[in-house]
Parts: sequence; C-alpha cells; structure tokens
Amino acid sequence: MSDINAIARLMRELEDQLVVCMRCGMCQAVCPVFSRTGREADVARGKLALLDGLMEALFENPEGVHERLNRCLLCGSCAANCPSGVKVLDIFLKARAILTGFMGLSPAKRVVLRGLLSRPEVFDRAMEWAGRFQRIFTKPANEIIGTSCARIASPLLKDRHFHPLAPEAFHQETPEMDTPVGKSGLRVGFFVGCLIDKVFPRVARASLRVMERYDVGVFLPKHQGCCGIPALSSGDRKTFLRLLHHNLNLFEVGSFDVLVTACATCTATIKKIWPVMVQDQSAALQDRVRRLSEKTEDISAFIVSRFNPAPADHQEGASAVTYHDPCHLKKSLGVFREPRRLIQANPEYRLVEMAEADACCGMGGAFNLQYYEISTQIGTLKRDRIVDTGASVAATGCPACMMQLSDMLSRKNDRLSVCHPIEIFSQIKRLS
Amino acid sequence: MLDATLISEFCGFLGKENVLTDPADRFTYAYDAAVLDPVVPEIVLRPTSGKALGQAVRLCNENRIPLTVRGAGTNLSGGTIPKANGAVILTNALNRILEINEADMYAVVQPGVVTATLAAAVEKKGLFYPPDPGSQSVSTLGGNVSENAGGLRGLKYGVTRDYVMGIQFFDVNGQPVKTGSRTVKCATGYNLTGLLVGSEGTLGIFDEIILKLIPLPAHQKALMAVFDDIHQASETVAAVIAERIIPATLEFLDNFTIRAVEDYSRAGLPVEAAALLLIELDGHRVQVEEDADKVASLCRNLGASTVRVAKDPAERDKVWSARRSALSALAKLKPTLILEDATVPRSRIPDMVRAIQEISAAHGLAIGTFGHAGDGNLHPTILTDRRNTEEWTRVEKAIDAIFDRALALGGTLSGEHGTGIAKSRYLEKETSPGTILYSRRIKAALDPNHILNPGKIIG
Repeated sequence: MSDINAIARLMRELEDQLVVCMRCGMCQAVCPVFSRTGREADVARGKLALLDGLMEALFENPEGVHERLNRCLLCGSCAANCPSGVKVLDIFLKARAILTGFMGLSPAKRVVLRGLLSRPEVFDRAMEWAGRFQRIFTKPANEIIGTSCARIASPLLKDRHFHPLAPEAFHQETPEMDTPVGKSGLRVGFFVGCLIDKVFPRVARASLRVMERYDVGVFLPKHQGCCGIPALSSGDRKTFLRLLHHNLNLFEVGSFDVLVTACATCTATIKKIWPVMVQDQSAALQDRVRRLSEKTEDISAFIVSRFNPAPADHQEGASAVTYHDPCHLKKSLGVFREPRRLIQANPEYRLVEMAEADACCGMGGAFNLQYYEISTQIGTLKRDRIVDTGASVAATGCPACMMQLSDMLSRKNDRLSVCHPIEIFSQIKRLS
Repeated sequence: MLDATLISEFCGFLGKENVLTDPADRFTYAYDAAVLDPVVPEIVLRPTSGKALGQAVRLCNENRIPLTVRGAGTNLSGGTIPKANGAVILTNALNRILEINEADMYAVVQPGVVTATLAAAVEKKGLFYPPDPGSQSVSTLGGNVSENAGGLRGLKYGVTRDYVMGIQFFDVNGQPVKTGSRTVKCATGYNLTGLLVGSEGTLGIFDEIILKLIPLPAHQKALMAVFDDIHQASETVAAVIAERIIPATLEFLDNFTIRAVEDYSRAGLPVEAAALLLIELDGHRVQVEEDADKVASLCRNLGASTVRVAKDPAERDKVWSARRSALSALAKLKPTLILEDATVPRSRIPDMVRAIQEISAAHGLAIGTFGHAGDGNLHPTILTDRRNTEEWTRVEKAIDAIFDRALALGGTLSGEHGTGIAKSRYLEKETSPGTILYSRRIKAALDPNHILNPGKIIG
C-alpha cells in the first residue's frame, strides 16, 4: 500500500495534463492497437483513466496498470486526433518512468538498457560481435528485401523475417567526420541513430552522399549513442538521461547550423521528447537541450527547405514506389510532403500513394518485441495496402518502419524492396 | 465479487478472452463522455455473436446482475455508466454490416457497427445514411438507436429515429423479439420499434437493426454569413425556415466560439463578428442554386455584413472545418467541458440565444454557444474546471437555469444526447408525474428484476 500511495503522489505531477482528457473517446477512431483488440485499456482514453485511478490510489497493485500502459505503440495517432489536445505521449512516457521507478526493470531490459544501450562504446562492440555470429543462427529469407529468419526455433525471433545486422556497421567504415562549410554555406551535425548505424548503414551513406553533392559541411562525432527512446519507453529515465548527456556533450563541441537525422524516431525524440523529459532538471541543462532540439531536423525536411529540389517528370519504365508515413514524422512533426518530394525528384521513380499512408505500421519499438502478434496484425494491414498499389518499392523515412515493412512483406514472399527516400534521392543522376 | 462458477459459465460460451474481471480492465468501463462520477463494473463481457449476446443477457437476468450495454462509450448523459455490482456488455465485436440492399434501400447491421463505417459503405453505392452525430467516427449504430442520436443534418433529414425500420432484440430473458420489417410500410403489431428507439438499453438489447437509406443528394452548396449582432443571426435562422427553405444544415457559432476556433485553427474567421451562420443546401442542382441565392439575400436583408458562398469543394470544406473544430477549440480552453443540448422549437432560437447570454452573465461563467440552430438544438458549452468546487456549484445552477428556460420556451431537456443519469431527475419537469409512472410500469413489466441499465431515464 505504501508504494501505491507513493505512486499516487508522483502521479499528481501529471494531474494538470491528465484532467485535459474529457473522455470523448475520439481516440478509438485512430488507435491501431484498439482497432485490433477492441479493448478500452488499449486506447488512450482507457490508459488515461487508469492513470487517473493510480493518482487517486484506487488500485491495490500498480502492476495491472503498468502492463496496460506498456501495450501502446507510442505512435501518437491519438494525440494527433485529440480534440482536447491531451499530450498523450508526454504523459505516457512520464508515467512509464514513474512506474518503472517503483517496479524496476525486468532483468532482460536491465541488461540491454543499462548494460549495453547506456554505454555506446560497449553497445557498438557487442553489436559488432553479434554481426559476426548471426549467420550461424539465421538464414536468408527474401533476397530482394534482404531479410533473414531463424534457422532453428527461437523464442526471441519467433517467425520474424528480420533485417540482419549489417556486416559492417556505419561507425566502423566512417567513425567520424568533420568537413568544412562548402559552397552551400551550410554545415550540419549528423546524428546517425542505432538502427541506421547497425542495420541500414546504406541510409547513412546515402545521406552523406547527398550532403557532399550539395557541398554541405558535415560534423559527425565518433561514439554516438542512442537517442534514448528505447530506454524511455521502458520507463528507464536513468539510461535515457545518461544517453542524452552523452550525445549533448558530443554534439555541443561542433559548430553547425542544423542537426540532421535520417531516422524519424530519433528526430522526434530529440526535437519533442528531450525538452519535455528535462523539465525537472536544471535551467542550464534545459537550455542546452532546447538549443540542440530546436535545430534538429529530419533529413528530407532539411533538403527540401534549403535546396527545394524540383519534382521531375518520371521516365518511361520508372519504378513504382509507394511511401509510408512514419508516425514520428507525420503525426509528431508534420513532415510528410518533404519525403515525397525527394522521391518525386528522381525521374527513375514514380510515386503511387497507398490507402491510409499515414496509418501506423505497428512497429513501436519494444511493442513489437512484447506484443508481436498484435504488431503483426497491424503490420499485415499495412503490407496489404502497400501490395495493393502494385509498387515494386516501399519507401519510408524511418529505419524502424523499414524493419517492420521488411518483416511483413518478406513473410508473404512479396517481391518488393524497402528503402529510405534519401536513398532514392541520392541516386538521382543530375541534381536540379 | 461474482461467483467463480458463474464467471466460468460466461467464459464457456463467450471465450475466456472475452470475459474481463481484472480490476484494471474493469476500471476502463466505468465512465463515458458525460461529466459524471465513474462506477466500476464487476465484470465486462464481449460477445462475438448474436447468440452469445442473448445467452449473456439471460444469464445476467437469472443471476440478477444489472447489465449496461456499451458501444463506443461516447454517451453524453451517463447512459453507459454501469452499476457497481453489474456487468458491462460490449457490442464492439458485433460489428458486421449484414446487408446493404440497393434495390429496397435499407441496411441490416449488428449493433457494434461504427456510424461512419456504415455511412461510407452505403455512399460507395450512391446511397445515404444521414444521421451524423458528432462522434460518428467512433459511435456505434446500436448506441445511436439507443440514444436516438441526432447530428448536423437533423433539420432536413431528421434524426436516427427516422431511419430505423425494424429491430431484432433480446428481451431480458434472452428471448428474441422482432419488430418492424424490411418494407417501407408495416402496420402489424405494436410499434415496438418506436418504444425501443431511445430506450437507452432499459427495455431490450439490440441484436440486429434495419436502417432506412435514401439516395445520395446530387449537389451541395455551402454559405457562411457574418453578423455583427447575434440576434440578427438567430432571427435569420427563423426567417430562412419561414421562407420554406430547408437547408441540410444550418449551424450557428457565437463570438466566444468564433474566437476559440480562430485561436485554435487560424482559419481566417472574422473574430469581431458577433455570430456566424454556416448553411449548406443539398439536392437537385437547379433548386440548390436557386435556394442558395435566396438564402444569401435573406441573410443580407436581415443584417449580415458579409455572405461568402463556397465556390468549390475546397472552399466548402473550409466553411465546415470551422464548425467541425468548434468543440475541439472550446475543449482546449478549460479542463472540464459541459456540452448541453437543451432544444427549443426552432422559431424560439432568438429567445434561447438571449436566455443563454443572460445565464452566462448571471452565473459568471464562460459559455460558448454553437450548434444546430436550424433545428432548435443549440449546444451551450460551459467551460470550467470541475476541481473548482465553488465554480462547479455555479455551473450546476446554470444548467438548471438552461433547462428551465428551454422548457419555458416549449422545448425539451435533450435534443440528442439522451436522458441517461444526467437528466433523469429533470424529466418530470418536462413531462408529468403520470408520464413517469406510466414509463415505470412499462419498465417493471418488461424487466421485473430491474437489471436492464437500471437508474437511467426514469431513475
């Protein structure tokens, strides 16, 4: 009981944000998890009511609320559709931190988050080793998408068709970079992000190729860490803050106009979540975070706003490509025209829209690990929409979505490739 | 606590995953969209077939478990707030459109079909299901029929009641009852359909609903009229109707709401305006164009400072986005929002608008008024913070005053939100002691154990 009262006291901090929910229930229209399960505890209104209940100390045991709070993709569809403007993600992340603070991390999460993720150099080395061993345990599943599946039954991998770790992570081939302001008059900091570094280094390569073509200087410090969202979504604020400090220290020493990332989730985290999660920290830290987050931009938004590449008339025989809107780009940051523009600028591609391009793909990071079945049901809907377009390429501005789309398409043996818009853009023969 | 044998009996025919008894799960079915205290039910049941629904009802009755049926839980009068020792029966797994009959223009649906889903499905076939309550993107048709929900199109197209051709429902013993038919005319038996529509789950539990469809109107035209005097706007509403023109929608926004919408959406609304009228006409192209000209000149003659006619679908959309965002914009101003729906005969709209202004001033409360002026159904929206007890007392007094004034003008307590718990104690004021007694006798005869959504409508 003492825990329950202590949690209730901490939850009071969220009271002013919690009362904003008027229980209208409009979030039911857009929640991908609720659409599969029909359970109120899966939709934002239900979760907010549960947090209200915790605040009023109405439960004997917080575990039930904690479990339901974690059954969420953190896609932000509810917040984007909320008539009252409830800051759902801020509330959920803070509440997860409070609850994890009391209940502790699971042993597995403790190892991954505290042991690995919070120490970028150790994490990098561990993943380099894993990259060497993975071929023993996995076999290729779909050569167009480039996925693998488990050779033998594995409780963790289940029947996933996942993108294997790249043979060489991006940081191994390009540990650091520091090039001067070029003819563009611009210099960017480049935040790589874990998934691009370790699974899709080709996206980082394409990004740097584009910077080079526009003659943009790049500051890329070595030993970059994770943006912190996996830790935060597990309620591990300690690891989150450690990563935030680590990255802040790395990037603050460089001078650049914009901090660019090619990962929708990293962009949204640095831009939107970092400032919210340091509200209880010193004014000096808040100020440092604000300065960095204000100049953080998604790569497509950066290219389009600075260089405005013109849409091209597509050539005869151009490959059809369809674009999936990552929640963290469209719903969190309002970026959805720009990635399409990058695709349209390449005459060798023809953009075809899928139905509900901005419906969540069901990935949600840790959600996919914990609730693979629901994640797959949501992902399969997305797969169907993609296949219905007849496109041969599925593009999306987030490496986590890329993983989910790859898994979903590969499971059905679809002959599509999955890529990032910046890859398509980087292949343009002549930049306008 | 419910007996373990009974719980396993429910699990037997519903499936274990469709019987929720965990405290955290139950807690999420304790409320709806009304500003009332939550009540946590004992058990939550989610039947996936009509047969299982009937069995669940029978078992609840046999064990004297009060039951409340819940669709999307968007009720604004507390109709879906359960009893503490009761069951909540969810209809959202009963969400199949069973038939859309184009030749005979009707649809048969299970109660958990979402309103907007049906509307979109019939529109694809060139048909039209007009009732469009504000919550249509999530609300269920079962809920709409139970509450006799309205919407923006009430003026020309009526409300849910006008589209229910027949219902198949379970009585309290789980026996199937059939009322109405798939025919346009049907004169057999008691009009039980009429009794069940708006009965808020107190007389029977819907299994299948037959809904009337009509042809999709060929042409639409939207106008926005700006007024510097709120009374000129409300008098224009009455004048349009008096001219024998029936727009599909005729919506009103007062200055408070206009400012809130503009702050929120920067849509370019005239923030100095005392009131806006948003009008849409639909039907045959020639008549729509002719009526639009008439309405525009009526507005001008009655004092509108400007009248904007939407030239294309994009402009039309702009007109309606202002109205659609009204509730959101107001909701962002204060933590608690009370959306009232007292309704008056439409010719009395000018009096009602004046009454709300007086009540707002007398009680020192922020009240934004918008709504379906064309059908007499305004939504005075009180903005407050329920945690402020002193202000809350004034809010309660203001609600009483709104009801009194609406009734004095020959109106009703609720145009479309239902009686539920919220308005139950005022019902006698609108009707008579005899009406309450008569209703209670019907209820006692049909539900002797008093388990069907007890406490709603007649207390």
